[in-house]
Formats: sequence, structure tokens, C-alpha cells
Amino acid sequence: MDERSNVPLIEVENLDVRLNTSRGPARAVRGVSFALERGETLGLVGESGCGKSVTALSLMGLLPDSAAVTGSIKLDGDELVGLSDADYCRLRGNRISMIFQEPMTALNPMHTIGNQVAEPLRRHKKYSAAQARRETIALLDRVGLPDPARRVDAYPHQFSGGQRQRITIAMALACEPDLLIADEPTTALDVTIQGQILDLIADLVEERGMSMILISHDLGVIAENVQRMMVMYGGTVVESGPTDEVFRRMGHPYTQGLFRARPKLGARKGTRLKTISGTVPELADLPSGCTFSDRCPLVIDQCRAALPPMVDVGPGHLVRCIRTDVSMAEPVGALTA
Amino acid sequence: MSVFVLRRLLTLLATLVGASLIIFLVLDALPGNAAQMLMGADASPDAVRALTVKLGLDQPLAVRYLQWIKGLVVGDLGNSYVYGTPVASLIAERLVLTIPLAILAMAITVTLALSAGIYTAANHNKLGDVGVMSLTQVGIALPNFWFAILLVLLFAVRLQWLSAGGFAGWEDGIWPGIKSLLLPAVSLAVVQAAILARVTRSAVLEVLREDFVRTARAKGLGKREVLWSHVLRNAMIPVMTVMGLQFANLLAGTIVIENVFYLPGLGRLIFQSIANRDLIVVRNCVMLLAAMVVIVNFVVDVLYAFIDPRIKVHDL
Repeated sequence: MDERSNVPLIEVENLDVRLNTSRGPARAVRGVSFALERGETLGLVGESGCGKSVTALSLMGLLPDSAAVTGSIKLDGDELVGLSDADYCRLRGNRISMIFQEPMTALNPMHTIGNQVAEPLRRHKKYSAAQARRETIALLDRVGLPDPARRVDAYPHQFSGGQRQRITIAMALACEPDLLIADEPTTALDVTIQGQILDLIADLVEERGMSMILISHDLGVIAENVQRMMVMYGGTVVESGPTDEVFRRMGHPYTQGLFRARPKLGARKGTRLKTISGTVPELADLPSGCTFSDRCPLVIDQCRAALPPMVDVGPGHLVRCIRTDVSMAEPVGALTA
Repeated sequence: MSVFVLRRLLTLLATLVGASLIIFLVLDALPGNAAQMLMGADASPDAVRALTVKLGLDQPLAVRYLQWIKGLVVGDLGNSYVYGTPVASLIAERLVLTIPLAILAMAITVTLALSAGIYTAANHNKLGDVGVMSLTQVGIALPNFWFAILLVLLFAVRLQWLSAGGFAGWEDGIWPGIKSLLLPAVSLAVVQAAILARVTRSAVLEVLREDFVRTARAKGLGKREVLWSHVLRNAMIPVMTVMGLQFANLLAGTIVIENVFYLPGLGRLIFQSIANRDLIVVRNCVMLLAAMVVIVNFVVDVLYAFIDPRIKVHDL
């Protein structure tokens, strides 16, 4: 145990995922590496199709059978890549849990919410039905579901979207996992509910000392909820670092583009939102070299020659760009907003 | 729940009334006077007219329809024009064969279809899936009377395990009766099972793509557990719908199959009565078949509500 205390909770090294898409085989994740300590929170940012969800699903071992995963994912020093499904089943919902984007479809309409929340308890902790029910009611109470003792036997369709997301959170937390992966947990919810759910997740993460990987396309959500962040584009990590550091001084033209593209309060009426020119390329036909080169305002020939290395631009702050001298000449970040 | 059942019951009654009207009108519009048929072509017009009056065929349509409905309600279906015996007992005798035949055929259909459908969906795009699905393709293309003859050739003529036709009755216990219904039931079931297996497969595959399946996997359930505890119940709705419809096909199939196997069942009774212009028997048999189909589908509707908790609330 003592020896293990030096080992990060999660250590991902050179993760590569190949998927069969309708456009042919595609490298959805390319050489992603990161480590996550106990109790640490990490944000994954990027547009849809950038590989953030695929990275999360490969941690869960829930990619389709046709996906080819190489590299290494270690949980407490134990290798997860190549683990049998039966062994993985012992980890999922027990040591690693996940909350999904769509609370409306993430619950089985045919089973009561009580049974669905109790499932991991019965399975991993071998609770009796009565024990599991008691614990389920306590969990539902903790996530703020009103009147849990009565509503534990209700079906998903009898709850609102926000309530359902509370239920899936209770389900994910049932076995007190070491790592919680939240994949766009508030994207499908009303804006007013979003804040409540994020606060609930933050409270629970702190209360139980869990590590969390929060996936979002929303820079605001990332800024407020995680200690460290990684920006992904085209399956690669283009920028990573402590959240404050990245927001203070963004290094990658893509991160800067995302930041500029957010709507601003107080902008003059009729002001157009800034956009990143071009569209996200299909994973199957990404450009060679830097994955962002086709859309980058600072692109030079050298960018297309090879994937740029990560450059150290500050304390723990890495940027995958060869033109940081230009991109970071003028500071872009929260300080300039 | 009770409101839901009540509403379905009303629909059921309305359907039965509609069916009875259609059956009555169609059979009455059929060319050929029943009295003329019974007396033969050489009968004197006076005698034919007398029989027409005796059978009540001279009454106006509406009166005859209402008399029939009244008879249906009180259980008096009249006498067969040909046999002279009460239609009700004639039908009852035949049901002793046809109902067990239908149940047996349905049981074989469901067993074959669910196991094939679930197996192929769980092994999607693998060799087993492709193999079983090709078999169902053949199954769908088989005419059931031809398949019945093949079964007779193999099991009755070559292997001599079962008899080629006839019905042993239930007097000597259940087994001899079942044994004589086995080949007919299998020939009825094969086509239906092939169709239902494909429906089951696609229903299961569709549910497997649902988000809640991934949620269940994320909780640590194995693929098989997810299939049994989360997928099947969701997939049963379309499967049961088709099962209800297939019951009608199955009953229609008995008309042919009972003739192939010389079984004195309802199907054969209908066939013979049509040939004899014994319209009173035809009319009541067809009405009975229609009622069976409507009732089976009513049961399916009520079962939906038991399977899917959303249905009760929506209908309340």
C-alpha cells in the first residue's frame, strides 16, 4: 500500500484508439498521455469529435469491440488495456464510474430508479435487497432528490431531466469510486439546472475525495470546476496545464480560438460571434503534421511536416505548437477578457 | 390501469361488431342459395321455397343479422344445414383439436424465434448470426403445406416415428394426442418462427444501441446480464405485437395444414362447410376465428401495460 501511494491513481501513456467509422478506419485518439492523482480533478475540452469521449470510454473499457486500443492505461499501477471484460466489470461502477450526457435516455424506462441505483451495490458490494434499498434511499437523498423514500419505486419517465441526472449521479457514486468520469453531464439540461448539477458534482467529489475527469465543450464549465485541464483537437492533446495557468495565458491557437468564440456579456448589439474558420475535419482525413494546421491562422509550411512536440510555456503548462513565440506574443486569456 | 383495460375492452367489442357485420354481409352476398344447394339442382322450386322459409332465409337481412347476434350471445348458433346437428357442438368437437394445435404451434414458434433472435443479436455479424439468419430466410420462403409433406416423408414414411395423419384424440392420455399434433404444429410454426426470429433480432439489436445499455455496462454488468436484465424486456414490445398478428396467420394456416394431415379440426370444418355451402357453419366458424384473433390481440395490449410502466400512466 505504501509503495502505491507514490503511484498516480490513473496513468495514461501513449493511448491510441482506432475506430471503424463510416468513412473508414480512423485514429480517434493519438498518443494521449496524462496522469491523475487521487482527489485531483481534470477537465477535457474540445469540440465534438476531438476524441475526448473516446478517451473517457477507453478508460471505462466501453469502446465497441471493433476499436483497437494501444498504449497503456494504469489504475493504481495495474494495467487496464487488454483486461478481460469480466475483470473490467469488477472495476466499472465500483472503482471507476461514469455519468453520461443524456439523462433522458441513460436510464432504463422499464426498471424503477431504485433498482437501477441499487444494481451496483448489489453487484459489487453484495448488499442484500433490504440493505441496498436503504443505501439507495440515502444516496438519492444525498443527491437532492425530493422525497426519496417514496419515489424510490418510481420509473424514470416520472422525473424531470435534472432529477434524472441526479439519479444517474447517485448510481455512479453508489460504490464510492476512486474516479468519476463525467461526460458533458449538464449539456442536455436547462441552464438554470446546469449550475445546480455541477455544484452537486463538485461537492460530492470533495466530500468523498474522488478524482474526477470532467468532459465539456464549454470553457466556462471547465474554468470553474477542475484543477487541471487538457484541450483536445483531432485526437491529440494540444494544450494542457493547471486551469488557472491555461486561462491566464492560452498558448495554442485552437484554445485561443475557442476562448474568443465564447459569447460575451456586455457585447454591443449586433456584434458577431467570433468563430474558428473551417470545420472540424473528419477523423478519417485529418491533415498530416499538426491536426489543427488546416484551420490555424498562424500556419506555416513547417506545421504540416510533422506533429509538433509539446512545448513547455509555464509551470506545468504545455502547448503542442511550434509558433508559441507568435501565438503567445499577445496574451490571450481571462486576464485580457 | 382499469381505465386502460376498459378502453381496450370497448375497442374489442367494437371490432367484434364490425367483424360480424362484414362476415354476415359477405357470406350473404355469396352466390348460391343454401336451400337450392341442399336440395340439389333437380329439386322443385316449391320444395326449395319451403326449405328457404324453414331455414329463415326469406327474412329481411337486418332481422337475420340480429337473430344471429342474439344466438351468439345466448350460445344458440342454430343447426347445420348439412348435418342437422347444432353448430355449437359441431364447433366444440373440433376445437378440442384446433386449440391445442394452435397453442402447440405458437409455443414452438415462440421458443424457436426467441432463442434464434436473441442468439443472433448477441452474436451480431458473427458466423452464427449469418448462419441462423440464412436459415430464417429459407424458413420464410417455405410454403407450409410443402414443408408439411417433407416432414411426413421424413418422420412418418422414412423414420416411422410419427403417424402421417389423423388424430389420436385425448382419450388415451395427453401424449398420443400431442404426438399426432407434433408434425402439423411444426409445419405451422416454421414460417412464423422464421419471421418472428428476424423481428426479435432487430428489436434486440435496436435496444442494444440504447444509452441505458451503456449505463448498465458502466455499472459493471456483463454483456449477458445486460441482455437478460435490461435489453429483453424493452425488446419484447415489438416482438409481442408481431406475435399477436402471427396468431391470426397461424389460425388461417390450420385450414391448409389440417387438410394435409387429415385432422378433424376447425380448419377442416370450415373447408368442408364452404364446399357444402353450409353457410351457417362457415359464418359461425369465421366469427369464432375473428374473435380469437381479436381477443389474443387484446391480451397482447394488456400485456404491454404489464411490461412497460409508461403505458399505464399515459392512458390514465
